Amino acid sequence: MNWVNVAIQGILLGGLYALFAIGLALVFGVMRLVNLAHGDLGILAAFIALGFVRSGVGLPASAVLSVIIMVAVGYVLQRGLLNFTLGTDDTRPIVVTFGLAIIIQNALLLKFSADEQGLNGGSLETASIHISNRLAIGWYPLLVFILAVVIIAALQAFLNGTKMGRAFRATSDDREAAELMGMNNRHVYALAMAVSLGTVAIGGLALAVRTSFDPTSGPFNLIFAFEAVIMGGMGSIWGTLLGGVLLGAAQTLGAQAFGSGWGILCGHAVFLIVLALKPSGFFAKTVTA
Amino acid sequence: MSFLELQDVSVFYGDFQALFTISLSIEEGQTFAVIGANGAGKSTMLRTVAGLLRPRSGRILFEGEPVDHVSAHKRVGMGISMVPEGRRVFASLTVNENLQVGAYSGRKGDWTIESVYELFPLLKPLAKRQAASLSGGEQQALAIGRALMSNPRLVLLDEVSLGLAPVVIKRIYEAMVELPSRGTTVLVVEQDVQHVLTVADHVACFLEGRISLQGEPAELKSDEITAAYFGM
Repeated sequence: MNWVNVAIQGILLGGLYALFAIGLALVFGVMRLVNLAHGDLGILAAFIALGFVRSGVGLPASAVLSVIIMVAVGYVLQRGLLNFTLGTDDTRPIVVTFGLAIIIQNALLLKFSADEQGLNGGSLETASIHISNRLAIGWYPLLVFILAVVIIAALQAFLNGTKMGRAFRATSDDREAAELMGMNNRHVYALAMAVSLGTVAIGGLALAVRTSFDPTSGPFNLIFAFEAVIMGGMGSIWGTLLGGVLLGAAQTLGAQAFGSGWGILCGHAVFLIVLALKPSGFFAKTVTA
Repeated sequence: MSFLELQDVSVFYGDFQALFTISLSIEEGQTFAVIGANGAGKSTMLRTVAGLLRPRSGRILFEGEPVDHVSAHKRVGMGISMVPEGRRVFASLTVNENLQVGAYSGRKGDWTIESVYELFPLLKPLAKRQAASLSGGEQQALAIGRALMSNPRLVLLDEVSLGLAPVVIKRIYEAMVELPSRGTTVLVVEQDVQHVLTVADHVACFLEGRISLQGEPAELKSDEITAAYFGM
């Protein structure tokens, strides 16, 4: 029964990884931008919420404010900076977002120190659903997983069923042809980044309630997000959930089998095996005319 | 005042000059054809009118207003729509979605998804198919329909017959003839002279970035055109 417990924990952890991964997949899909600051921006959202909580705002309100701020940051960051890095040279956005990651980490160190922080979710953090004497599912991980599913479903509905969602997909297929349909690409990219940072903010907040975090937590989560995106398959939003679940299950089962220090390595190992056997991921949606 | 006017337009790619002080006047309701060999600058001219390229000197007037500094996406809203060379349909979107995206600018007019299907009945049964799975001719029809969805006053067609079967080319030219009667002016660029001369009111031949011959198709002799086309 213990193994079942651990497997369920891992699967639910995958929801958290998916929250980090979908935004990364979205901006890569829409504008071929590899955002190396993605993980740090998620952690930034957690610190913004922490700042509000310390000044006396309740956690739910702080979380909502943090997500709204990150959506605005996403639009301004893309329109004011990252749009200028896009073009012929693919390495420019990588270098700029890498620099951005360092700036965010050090700014957070200055403001909040290197101490580990946490957001207190109260009794929700420990509440669980009792299934049998030896099997229980935590409410909080379950809610995070459901939240991830809801957000992915909403994003998919947005991409398929709205004018702006179709604009995202059209731009992803052919930037110049999209411009010839009357789309202002700079605006479309900025909206994509706004959505991306909104989702990673939710991921960062979910992480911050679940576990402790500090200004250098971003890169770890970036790596997990990359692994989830690649295993799921580029361009597939639901694929990121599968990738996240695989990664989460591999980590928790690995830790159970070989000891707690081995979990993360097992996650990486499963990622490498998937990459070797199915390099395009499980649900890759790359289409060429 | 002409509908579209190019005044001494020169366009460069870096140091390479592709167009040399080109001047053209296109009247409303015309089907204006630009012919010429590969590399003559036809597509460059069309992309400049669409706003994808900026002239280094000279002006472009649309209904008397200079549009040189209007970006491509805003020109769509003014009524200039382009069918790019190579079709460039949105591969992962369905046929229906491609047409919906074509209406992104929100310009009002007669063209709807239904009227595009009337113009190209072959598209209707494919409505839910991914554009990538269409044949070349179907994609070309879709690309034209997509451009019409913005209800353009001027439609720019870049090499629409390239690489297509003769029967498909025939269907596309039949559709092209219908456009002026619906209030759309057509500026078409072609390497294939034969077809385009049957639909054009006015033709200009480009040679190495300059206009080598202009006139009404009926007035031009075929050896004149051959000479202007190949520069002999």
